[in-house]
Amino acid sequence: MADQFVPGTQSAEILVYQPSRIRQARRLASRAWQLPKFAVVLLLIVLVVPAAFADIIAPYGPLEAPGGIRERLQPPVFAGGTSDHILGTDKTGRDMLSRILHGSRVSILISAIGIAIAGSVGVTLGVIAGFYGGKIDALIMRLVDVSLSIPPVLLALSLATALSPSFRTVIIVVGALLWSIYCRQVRGDTLLVMQQDYIDRARVAGASGIRIMFRHVLPNITNTLIVLATLQVGFVILLEAGLSFLGVGLSRPTPAWGLMVADGRDVIITAWWVALWPGLAIMLTVFGFNLLGDWLRDRLDPKLRQL
Amino acid sequence: MQRFILIRFLQGIFALWVITIIVFGISRSTGDPAAIFLGIDASAETVAAFRERWGLEEPIIVQYGLYMGRLLQGDLGESLRYPELGAGGAVFDRLPATIYLAGASLLLALAVGVPLGVLGAVKRDTGFDHGGKIIALLGQSMPNFWLGLMMMWLFAVNLGWLPTSGTGGFKHFIMPAITLGSFQVAAIARLVRSSMLETLDSEYVKLARIKGVSEWKVIWKHCFRNAALTPLTYFGVIAAVVMTGSVTTETVFNWPGTGLLAFQSVLSRDFELIQALVLVFSGLFIASSFLVDVLYAYLDPRIRYN
Repeated sequence: MADQFVPGTQSAEILVYQPSRIRQARRLASRAWQLPKFAVVLLLIVLVVPAAFADIIAPYGPLEAPGGIRERLQPPVFAGGTSDHILGTDKTGRDMLSRILHGSRVSILISAIGIAIAGSVGVTLGVIAGFYGGKIDALIMRLVDVSLSIPPVLLALSLATALSPSFRTVIIVVGALLWSIYCRQVRGDTLLVMQQDYIDRARVAGASGIRIMFRHVLPNITNTLIVLATLQVGFVILLEAGLSFLGVGLSRPTPAWGLMVADGRDVIITAWWVALWPGLAIMLTVFGFNLLGDWLRDRLDPKLRQL
Repeated sequence: MQRFILIRFLQGIFALWVITIIVFGISRSTGDPAAIFLGIDASAETVAAFRERWGLEEPIIVQYGLYMGRLLQGDLGESLRYPELGAGGAVFDRLPATIYLAGASLLLALAVGVPLGVLGAVKRDTGFDHGGKIIALLGQSMPNFWLGLMMMWLFAVNLGWLPTSGTGGFKHFIMPAITLGSFQVAAIARLVRSSMLETLDSEYVKLARIKGVSEWKVIWKHCFRNAALTPLTYFGVIAAVVMTGSVTTETVFNWPGTGLLAFQSVLSRDFELIQALVLVFSGLFIASSFLVDVLYAYLDPRIRYN
C-alpha cells in the first residue's frame, strides 16, 4: 500500500522525521526487549520441567490425598498453612502443587496431539487447494468458510454432549476448529510459492505434482507453520481449559488445569487458592507461548504480522 | 456492488446449509437419537412413539429432509427443560440478556482498547508502548472464567463492593462485562495500534504536520478516522466471538443469557436445545460477517472489484 505514495516521500521524510542513530539504537534495544529468552525460561519453569519430572519433583501423586479428608482446604504456606502443602490443598485434601505440576502433562498432550492433527489435515488440504486451484480450491475454501463460522464453544458443547466428555472429544474439537486456520494460511502461501520460477523449472524437469508439493512447496512454507503452531498452543490450552471448566472437556479426576479452576469455583468464598494456582499456571503458559510466537513471527515470517 | 452483495449472500446461505448438515450429522452419528434425546431410562412405548414422530425408521436422506422442513418452518426443535417454549423459544427468550452483556463488554473493550492502541502507536517503542503490549498479551493469555472468579473473590467476597452474580442494576454488569471484554480489549488495542502505525506513516499525515495542525488533531482527526477502517473488519468477528464466548462468563456469574442456557442444557443433556443454539449463533455469526463485508466494500471500493 505504501508503494502508491512514492512521489515526495523522501522530502517529507526529511522534514518530519529525523530517523537518527539514537532512534535506530532504541528500536534495536526494543527488539531485544521482546525477550524470547524470558519466554523460553518461563515455559521451561511452568510447563516443560514439570511435565518431564512431575513424578520426581511433585511431593505427592496427582490423585493422592495424603492427609485424607481431614487435610482438606488447607491454605498455602504463606497464608497460614503448613509446609506439607506449600500451595494448599483442594476440597478432597489433594496437594495443589502436585496436581498443578502433573497438570502440565495434560496441557502438553492435548495441544501437541490436537495441533498435529489439525495441522496435518489443514496443511494437506491447503497445499492441494493452492496447487490445483480451480474447483477443488473453491470447494475447499468454502469448507474453510463454513468451519470458521461455527461458534467454537457451542460446537464443542454439542459434540461433547453427543460423544460424552473425554480426551478424544477434546482432540476432535480442537482438530475441527483449527484445521481451517492452517488451510487458509497454507493455501495463500502455496499460491505465492507457485508463482516462483523454480516451480516451473521443476515441472519442465518432469517432476510429478506430488513431488512438487512435497519437495518444493512444503519446505518453503515451514516457517509459517512453525509460527502458526506456536501461536496456536496458547489458544488450544485456553480452549481445553474452557471446555473442562464447563464440564465438557476432560473428566475428573484428571489433573487438568481447567477442571481445577472449576473445582475452585465451588469453594471460591472460603478457599481462593484452589482456583488461583491452576489459573495462574494456564496464564503463564499461554503468555509464554504468545511471547515466543510473537518473536518467532517477527523473526521467521514478518508477513504474518497482521496485528 | 450488487453482484458482490449477492455472491456474499449466497456464500452465507451455503455456509448455513452446510452447518445444518453438520448439526444433523452430529445428532445422527452417535447411535440412536432416541437414546440421546430421551435418556436411557425411557420406556419402550415412549421410544417407539419418539421414533415414529421424528421419522427415525425412514432412510437418512428422508430424515434430513424432514429436519430441514421443520427448520424452514421456523421450528428449531423441542426442549426437555422448556417444553412449552420449545428450543427456539428458549433461545430467543434468553437472547436479550446476552446481547446486553455483549454490548456492555464491547463498549468497555472499545473504551479501553482504542485509546490504548492509539497511544501505543503514537508513543511507539516507549515504555508505555511496551507496557501496553505486555498487558495486552497477558490479557489474551488469561482464561476469562478465571479472571471472573478472581474478581468475584476480590470485589464481591472480600471487599463487598459488587454483587457476586445474577442480574439487577448497573453494578451487576461490571464484573461480567470486564470478564467478557478482557480478551477483546487486547485484540482491539493491537489492531488499532498496527493500523495507526500505518496511517501515521502516510503522506497526508506528514502534510498535516508540516501545515502545523495540532498534534491532537493530527492523531484523532487525520489518523484515527482512517485507521479505524481496518479494525472495523474485525469488529464483526469480535462481536460474534463475544456473543459465543459468553458461555463461560455467564456460567461464572449466573447471568441468565444464552451462554448459561447452553451450559444448563449440556448438564441436562437437552440435545435439541444445544443444536438450536449452534444454529442460531452460526446464523448470527454469518449475518454479522456478511454485514461487515458489505459495509467494508461500501467504504473501500478496492474490495468489491476484487
